[in-house]
Amino acid sequence: MKIHKYDTVIVGAGGAGMRAAIESTKRSRTAVLTKLYPTRSHTGAAQGGMAAALANVEEDNWEWHTFDTVKGGDYLVDQDAAEILAKEAIDAVLDLEKMGLPFNRTPNGTIDQRRFGGHSRNHGEAPVRRSCYAADRTGHMILQTLYQNCVKEGVEFFNEFYVLDQLLVEEDGVKKSAGVVAYELATGEIHVFQAKAVIYASGGTGKFFKVTSNAHTLTGDGQAACYRRGLPLEDMEFFQFHPTGIWRMGILLTEGARGEGGILRNKDGERFMEKYAPVMKDLASRDVVSRSIYTEIREGRGCGPEGDHVYLDLTHLPPEQLDAKLPDITEFARTYLGIEPYTDPIPIQPTAHYAMGGIPTNVEGEVLSDNTTVVPGLYAAGEVACVSVHGANRLGTNSLLDINVFGKRSGIAAAEYSAKADFVELPEDPASLVVSTIEKLRNSTGSERVADLRRELQETMDANVMVFRTEQTIKTAVEKIAELRERYENVSIQDKGKRFNTDLLEAIELGNLLELAEVMAVSALARKESRGGHYREDYPNRDDVNFMRHTMAYREVGEDGSETVRLDYKPVVQTRYQPMERKY
Amino acid sequence: MATPVLDKVEAESAASPYITVTMRIRRFNPEISDASVWEDFQIEIDPKERVLDALHKIKWDVDGTLTFRRSCAHGICGSDAMRINGKNRLACKTLIKDINPEKPITVEAIKGLTVLKDLVVDMEPFFQAYRDVMPFLVTKGNEPTRERLQTAEDRERFDDTTKCILCAACTSSCPVFWNDGQYFGPAAIVNAHRFIFDSRDEAGEQRLEILNDKDGVWRCRTTFNCTDACPRGIEVTKAIQEVKRALITRRF
Repeated sequence: MKIHKYDTVIVGAGGAGMRAAIESTKRSRTAVLTKLYPTRSHTGAAQGGMAAALANVEEDNWEWHTFDTVKGGDYLVDQDAAEILAKEAIDAVLDLEKMGLPFNRTPNGTIDQRRFGGHSRNHGEAPVRRSCYAADRTGHMILQTLYQNCVKEGVEFFNEFYVLDQLLVEEDGVKKSAGVVAYELATGEIHVFQAKAVIYASGGTGKFFKVTSNAHTLTGDGQAACYRRGLPLEDMEFFQFHPTGIWRMGILLTEGARGEGGILRNKDGERFMEKYAPVMKDLASRDVVSRSIYTEIREGRGCGPEGDHVYLDLTHLPPEQLDAKLPDITEFARTYLGIEPYTDPIPIQPTAHYAMGGIPTNVEGEVLSDNTTVVPGLYAAGEVACVSVHGANRLGTNSLLDINVFGKRSGIAAAEYSAKADFVELPEDPASLVVSTIEKLRNSTGSERVADLRRELQETMDANVMVFRTEQTIKTAVEKIAELRERYENVSIQDKGKRFNTDLLEAIELGNLLELAEVMAVSALARKESRGGHYREDYPNRDDVNFMRHTMAYREVGEDGSETVRLDYKPVVQTRYQPMERKY
Repeated sequence: MATPVLDKVEAESAASPYITVTMRIRRFNPEISDASVWEDFQIEIDPKERVLDALHKIKWDVDGTLTFRRSCAHGICGSDAMRINGKNRLACKTLIKDINPEKPITVEAIKGLTVLKDLVVDMEPFFQAYRDVMPFLVTKGNEPTRERLQTAEDRERFDDTTKCILCAACTSSCPVFWNDGQYFGPAAIVNAHRFIFDSRDEAGEQRLEILNDKDGVWRCRTTFNCTDACPRGIEVTKAIQEVKRALITRRF
């Protein structure tokens, strides 16, 4: 076991982690731990753009953006945070441009902007061009630009280091962060990173679904590390299903395709979104569009022999426009489906895309241990966190924005904290939990296999807690997850070695997914209303009287060692906007 | 009840898209042996699936010790460059049906970088070459309050080289790099190109001097392996030629 000492440790090197690192490296001795190489992070898969009311191509302002974000999140958004997001969006985009990001340009040389779902002029009048973009590679450009600037600033990376435990120590009755424990993939060695401040920026949990746009590596490691140490997870029942994933594969096809004029059609060729969202049509918010797609499918208007998908039609757009604005997604259609988007519509279905919930933080990125108490020295930003700027449903282009605004804020806040704070003394035997987890898996002779359990988990999640949910389906999922967790105790791996043991890491990742799936399902069961991405067929309306509140889920361990999810609730911060009926 | 169920199974198997494929994989695990060996795995797979799916089938259902890097699984993250039937490709962008599945499909680690285990290589020398070309925007003077202006035409000038995902398929397909790991390699030059031809950048001269080095662009022998290997369709050799030309004319 090796012990390292840094002022600030950042867990994850996607957009949020690297944006934080650029700030914190200037101010404190910083280490970035990532289980991949930085440029492999899933920020790079984001396509359509980053929202900011630059007003480069038409009238726009941050207040309209704030409203759209709050409405898009079905009023579960903390409005003070949404206002910061929309206001600081403008500088966040300009910062990236100055760092070198090659945005598409307008004829007069400014950053070009395009339409995106849920973004409107003057509180819902019509779609507005707010998304700043670089073809359909905006995430790739952000990830590359941030990495380039990390190289420029000399950010210190520990590549292929898996953070498996968060060290919390009670000092004077206050729970503080003391550091993290990591596993080095290349050698199998355990490393303890003692740090005054730790920032989680480790991304989402999408791999508990089968059809997902998420990378294999999005297994909720940061959320699980904090949750296991008694910290709450907020709003985990809210998961976004992106309307346009490649049929059966789940690969993302950007909403920018509809922003450029693409249209969703059912088997009769009908532009069905006109029925569900007369003003915004195909550019309604993602939860609305995904439900509409499944409604079409359920009512027998789906495409294909099994009627299980609909079409994204780009055939009316000029090939030059597709080549210039949507080169990657058209190539995906050619590569994976053998379809030519110039002439043929693309089969799509909703795909599990984004966790609105996560580790609760305030607007400085400080992690909360209950509704109000800050954990000194602990921060989170990006998809792993819940500020909450996305509420019950995130708007497209607001996540690339979120990672930049709150990545920067948490990087500054953490570095400023570590400049004045002392190291918290490490607990005795700090790596004990990680060592015992690893040894148990390595020595297990059990008969269960990781791949089988993961497959069953993904199938039950897709079948029971996806776009449409009922008490019955959620209960089925809860029971299945409990069974899988029990069987997980009996899981074994084949690779017993030290070097690059990805067999071992996949087993650990599955443990994280199972734990988080349970939190999600239990949170969803208790929310007896429909709001944003959480749609209950047995409670189809939003219920502001009983459920205008964030869910806070805690891990409780009984005296017999049994584990349960305890739910509590936190009020929503409302400033400017009163909840209204949500129409697009 | 039995008959209809059987009918259904029969109907499904008649329409089954699955074929049997032999995956011939170059295995290496220094914890077990210093030698690398070819190992065959027979798997059932839909030919429309990816080589990455085939590797996962092996890892998940047959042999958990098989080791490779992967993440996004759709050609964006650059983790899974490997040598498939002797050509550098991304495993997640290569469909089984496109690489002659009647014969064994060979999969081995990319060349020119030290193999650490199975298909995993040491990427550090590759990233060091990238870092050495100053892969970041350099500007002088005061920053503008708004964005720097750039015409659509100027933006287009370096568009091709912004697509790089640092997968190393190009560099590890280059015979010059195989023979001499000191050569910067195509990927680093591509990333230098991305900034040299960016109208906003002011360090083109410095980058050109770096690439004028004995291990720089002049080592390129224009074999076009890199261009063929690039999973993003970047015209890598052309980019290298443009850097060479800029070195001669000092115009960029």
